Order: sequence, then C-alpha cells, then structure tokens
Amino acid sequence: MNKTLLTGLITVIVAFMLAIMPLPDWAARFRPDWVTLVLIYWALAFPFRVGVTIAWFTGLLLDVSYGTLMGQHAIGMVLVIYIIHIQHQRLRVASLLQQAIVIFFLLLLKQLLTLWVDGMLGRAPDSWLYFMPTLTSTLLWPWTYLILRDLRRKFSVAKHNKF
Amino acid sequence: MQTLFARGPSVTFRMVVLVIASIALMTADHRWHSLEMVRSTLSIVVYPLQYTIDLPIKLYYWADEVLSSKQELLEKNREFQARHLETRVQLQKLDIIEKENDRLRRLLSATPKITERLLISEIINVDVDPYRQLILLNKGSNHGVYLGQPIIDAHGIMGQVVHVAPLSASAMLITDASHAIPVQIDRTGLRAVAFGTGKIDQLELRHLPHNADIQVGDLLISSGLGGVFPPNYPVATVSRVEHIIGEPFATIEATPLAQLDKSREVLLVWQNTPVPGTDGSEKKAIDNDDNSSADEVNSTAGEANQKTENVKPVTDGDNSE
Repeated sequence: MNKTLLTGLITVIVAFMLAIMPLPDWAARFRPDWVTLVLIYWALAFPFRVGVTIAWFTGLLLDVSYGTLMGQHAIGMVLVIYIIHIQHQRLRVASLLQQAIVIFFLLLLKQLLTLWVDGMLGRAPDSWLYFMPTLTSTLLWPWTYLILRDLRRKFSVAKHNKF
Repeated sequence: MQTLFARGPSVTFRMVVLVIASIALMTADHRWHSLEMVRSTLSIVVYPLQYTIDLPIKLYYWADEVLSSKQELLEKNREFQARHLETRVQLQKLDIIEKENDRLRRLLSATPKITERLLISEIINVDVDPYRQLILLNKGSNHGVYLGQPIIDAHGIMGQVVHVAPLSASAMLITDASHAIPVQIDRTGLRAVAFGTGKIDQLELRHLPHNADIQVGDLLISSGLGGVFPPNYPVATVSRVEHIIGEPFATIEATPLAQLDKSREVLLVWQNTPVPGTDGSEKKAIDNDDNSSADEVNSTAGEANQKTENVKPVTDGDNSE
C-alpha cells in the first residue's frame, strides 16, 4: 500500500507541475485540467481512500497556486470527486469512451462553477476558449487512464484489483 | 481497502459540509481578505513545485552567463561602462536639482518629499490563470514584502502585490481587468484613472469628458493618489483617443511603458515620508509595515500623500514650463 501511496502522491505532484508549467499564452488556454484528471483516476481506483476531503484540500492547493479565490477550484473538485465516488462501480465497468463522456460532463460542471464565481466577481472571460480545458482534458482521459493504470500496476501490491 | 460498512460520516454529508466550507471560504476571501494567513501557509507547500518548474529557466540563464565568451563579456562590460558614465552625468544634474528642490520645500515649510527604497526581485516563471494577469515573485514577507506594495521595472510601473507568502508573493499587473491605477497626464497635470483591460498591452482611461486635453503620445505618470503607488513614475503613453458621438465619455487607450511580459527582474518599492536627510527613518517605516496590517499602513499613508500631492502637480507644471 505504501508504494501505491507514493505512486499516487508523485502522480499528483507531476499533475500540479504540468498545471503551472509556463506555456505560451495561446497554449495556456488549452491546458488540460491535469490535477482533476489524475485525482479522478485515483478516486476510481481507490474510492475509499481518495475521497471528497482529499479532493477539497487538493482544490485549495490549486487555488493557492493559481491565485484564485480560496475555494473556487475546491468546490468543483469536491463535487466531481463526490459524483465519481457514488458512481465508481458503474464507471469502472464502462468503456473508456463512456468514461470520457461522463468525465466531460463532470469537468464541464467544474468549469461552470469556476465561471460562475468569476462572473460574480465581475471578471468573466469574454471568450469561448474558456471551455477549451474541458475538451482537451476529455480527449486526454484515455491516455491518462492507461498510463496511470500501468504505473499503479507496476508499483502496486494489490495486483488482483482490476483498476 | 474497501469496507462494506461506511465508517464515520457518510460521503454525502462530508460533501455537503465541504461545499458549504468552500462557499464560506470564498466569501471570507472576497469580502474581508481574511484568508491571507491560510493562503500563505498553503503556499509553502506549493512553493517547492513552483521553484522546481522555474529551475530549467534559471539554468538556462545561468548557462547563458557561464558559457558566454570572454570577448562577449568584455564588449558588454564596455557598453555598460559607457552607459554608466552617461547616466552618472545625468544624475549629477538631477542631484543638484533634487537638493535645490529640498531646500525650496524647506523654505516653503512644505511636507518633505517621499523617498523610496528598492529591492530587486526575480519573476518565478510559472503560469497562473490565463484570464488574469498575475506574476509570481521570489521575494516574500521574509524580505519585508507587504500587501499592496507597488512593483516597477526600468521603464515604469508594473503592478502591485496581492498575495504574500513567506518566500514568494504574487503581484497583479496594471493591465489586469480588475486593476486600476490613478494617473495624471504629464503634459497638462490632468488626473485620471487607468483601468486594466485584460490585454497585456492595453490600458483604458474611462470617464474623461470629450473636451479633456489629451493627445496621442501623452505620457501618463502615477499621481500617487490613493497612496498605493509612488507618485511621478511613468505608467503608459496614450495610444488612441477617439470621440464617438453619442457616447458620454471619450474613448482613450494607453500602452503601458513597463515591459509587462518581458521583464525577468522587477523592483519592489517601499515608500515612506521621512524627515529629510535622515536614513534611519526608512528602516523604522518598514518595520511598521511588518507589524501592522498592510492595508492600514497604505490607507493612512495615502491620506498623508494626498495632501502633498494636491499641491505638487501645480508646482511641477510651473517648473517645466
């Protein structure tokens, strides 16, 4: 379990780094929501270990590194991981495409929540590119899933687990 | 580790509590700015990541320095020396004028001039929200950085500090859509407020009437009103003036002078109103900033500045003409 925990921690850290890595201005608008993607995977793999509380703290850290309002990313993260948690048994047996569709709507929900808060603060973005991260994240879900699964299997003790 | 029977409070209950907590946090953060402590504590966790991300870029600059040839360095050195000489000559004149200004101020028994202390800080190259203009600096409250502190570069005002952590601070650029800076037109002394537009190379002067005396190319300098920014630093040049018939105000755009997207190094400014000629008072004022809440210091300093500033533009104008 310890090895798995370490793997999880490292993947989340790498996701954080990808999330703040400097990109040219046009590319930054397409940046996938790495941290949420990785957290969704771990919530699917270990639903009773990676729950809403961890999601909330991760969201807060994301808020700190993005300089957004404290709780702005956290609220979306909690809701996404909550839905993943209550649906994890169904999602696990779904195909990658079906998973990607569900994740698209979950990330859209998160993005809408962020937009809602931004709108209330009077700094709503004026471009549809705002929803681009949702799309790119969805497209990257199958790869994220496969890479993380291989990593987990390689470093995991519990090999019988399908996920 | 799956259990058939849930332990502790149910997931739904926890989710509801955390959602309410998030909303409470957002409200507290937005309304009262009371979460700076939490934010700066959590930044300690994030800072190593930000530092690591910045490392390759640092390495590049370091390699650039190490691998440059002797010839190059000599050339650079010669160039800098020439420039140094030039600036020294200009400074000589400025020094005399400054002393004269001080003397005249004392004769008029006006408030002593505001002095500033500067500290060079590097920008940590990490991306934040692409829809906002924030930068991360490698100096924090350990170096005396305070909330609302102005930052400048060699060309003009860049922005102000909005979050402070022990080792880092984030600053909002003057072009951020939620930023505004009080300015004054150098040529006429007309006061205005320059709003950020969200575009890195554009500011906007709102609420100026059609008959305001303003032309393309006019220099905008900070007026010092409001007390956040030091007065008389260049901010922008007017790039477009348009009078649309039917609109109540003129449409005026300006281009910031500071190299907002190119600078690697910025200067943090401490401003205070010391007794003329003594340097010890500077240290004291900075200590004050550390102890009391930064907002308070700013607002009181602002009120003090405003009184002197209201007089100053007139005398400045007289001198130049």
